[in-house]
Amino acid sequence: MSSPAVSFENVAFDRAQRHILNRVSFEIESGEFIGIIGGNGAGKSTLLELIIGTLVPTSGRIRVFGEPPHSARGSIGYVPQRIELDPDLPLRARDFVGLGFDGAHFGLPLPNANRKAKVEEALADVGALALADQPAGRLSGGEQQRLAIAQAIVGRPKLVLLDEPLANLDLRSSTEIAALVARLGRERGMTVLLVAHDVNPLLRVMDRVLYLAGGRAALGKVDEIINEDTLSRLYDQPVDVLRVRGRVVVVAGDETHQ
Amino acid sequence: MSAFFSSPSVDAALVASTIVAALSAAIGYFVVLRGLTFAGHAVTDIGLTGGAGALLVGLDPLFGLLAFSVGAAAAIGVFGERARERDLATGLVLSLALGVGALFLHLQTTFANAQTSLLFGSVFDADPALLRVVAILAALALAALAIMYRPLLFASVAPDAARSAGVPIRSVGYAFLLIMAVAVAETAQIVGVLISTALLVGPAATAIALVRDPLRGVALAMLIAIVEAWVSIALSFASFGWSAGAHSWPVSFFVAAIALVVYVGASAFRDGTAS
Repeated sequence: MSSPAVSFENVAFDRAQRHILNRVSFEIESGEFIGIIGGNGAGKSTLLELIIGTLVPTSGRIRVFGEPPHSARGSIGYVPQRIELDPDLPLRARDFVGLGFDGAHFGLPLPNANRKAKVEEALADVGALALADQPAGRLSGGEQQRLAIAQAIVGRPKLVLLDEPLANLDLRSSTEIAALVARLGRERGMTVLLVAHDVNPLLRVMDRVLYLAGGRAALGKVDEIINEDTLSRLYDQPVDVLRVRGRVVVVAGDETHQ
Repeated sequence: MSAFFSSPSVDAALVASTIVAALSAAIGYFVVLRGLTFAGHAVTDIGLTGGAGALLVGLDPLFGLLAFSVGAAAAIGVFGERARERDLATGLVLSLALGVGALFLHLQTTFANAQTSLLFGSVFDADPALLRVVAILAALALAALAIMYRPLLFASVAPDAARSAGVPIRSVGYAFLLIMAVAVAETAQIVGVLISTALLVGPAATAIALVRDPLRGVALAMLIAIVEAWVSIALSFASFGWSAGAHSWPVSFFVAAIALVVYVGASAFRDGTAS
């Protein structure tokens, strides 16, 4: 039996005397598409940084493919929050994506057919091959998002982490990006963890949802987690789950999530 | 024209300016990309204090320039985590250093000529022994830049992704500031403290406006800088007698003027083609 893609065992993370994560445990299987949902400050981005190893837990144990996070770095692709490239950035789309292939290596980039093929494959996979020679900074927000995804997958990672890739996108673009990421995960056999504050664009594509609230986490199928019983227990207060015109809205105290 | 090429001081000027132009432009490409123009200029100005101090104690100004520039870059790197803090820290340290520099220049009364060349450059009277030092340091700085080229580019355009890919973005930024300090100190020694920023960011900004391919951009910036420096030297040589009094116009004037004109032309061209 191979080890899970990501496992958390009693992981706690404190910042400024606050428990961002409080003894969280879960296991994510290889090849799953997980949506990470929660309100502002619920610890969604922190969770991703713990998996990458740029943050270290206060206590508990994290394993990525059975290894400590810093050893697994080479098998993780990461799409950071808020990608907004300078309009005058002197890079073409292909240069920007290429950084994900060998940007951490020393020395000048020598012409390399393998690198070019891998970059073009990643661009094609995100539907941006036609943009390869366009200035990256002049592309739209949705197009830049695709480039960031291409940059994260060009090195053939086994695990991809995406931090709020759907924020600032209209409903149509966010549904498209969610579907695109799900398809890439299947085709390339990658485990995908996608952070979002809105669960709706992910309802059809994710295998399971990891819901974060009050420093705790609940992992399961959408119907097992997004219901009034489970979320009321997680938030430790009464929660309403409304279904309006095929959309899910969670109302917890003064917080509302769509 | 034959007088131009047969003059040994012109030869020395061409060699010296080629070295510092190539170095400045290559480093300058990343200075522009990382939004460090102000820090770059401040490091040069702080270097002035070092240069003036070196003159005061009878050393070659290059060593003072180098020591103070590198020290200033190190301080900016330590105190300036975020861009805002960096500008603040830079501004404060800069004022202090310029004040001390003014004091040194005031106390140092014997070499008025040396003061002028510190501020405005001395392309035509570069000492051959010093030129060797300049060449070796430039080669080392360019080699360091080539080694860190990819991580530096990654850290400059996508810092969060670079960090997650294992690029030590803080160390990379710090190392770059130190290399930049060496480049600006050398450039200041040749074209003068007040003008070296023109050579640092002018050709780089021009190349960035014209070419969207980083490696070609760096190469183009170096080429533009070398051509600008040569044209400046030729114009300075030719300018003998343009104005009253038997002297040429300073090379530094032409360097600064040409750098600005070429950049304005290139960005107008870019804006014309972008729409």
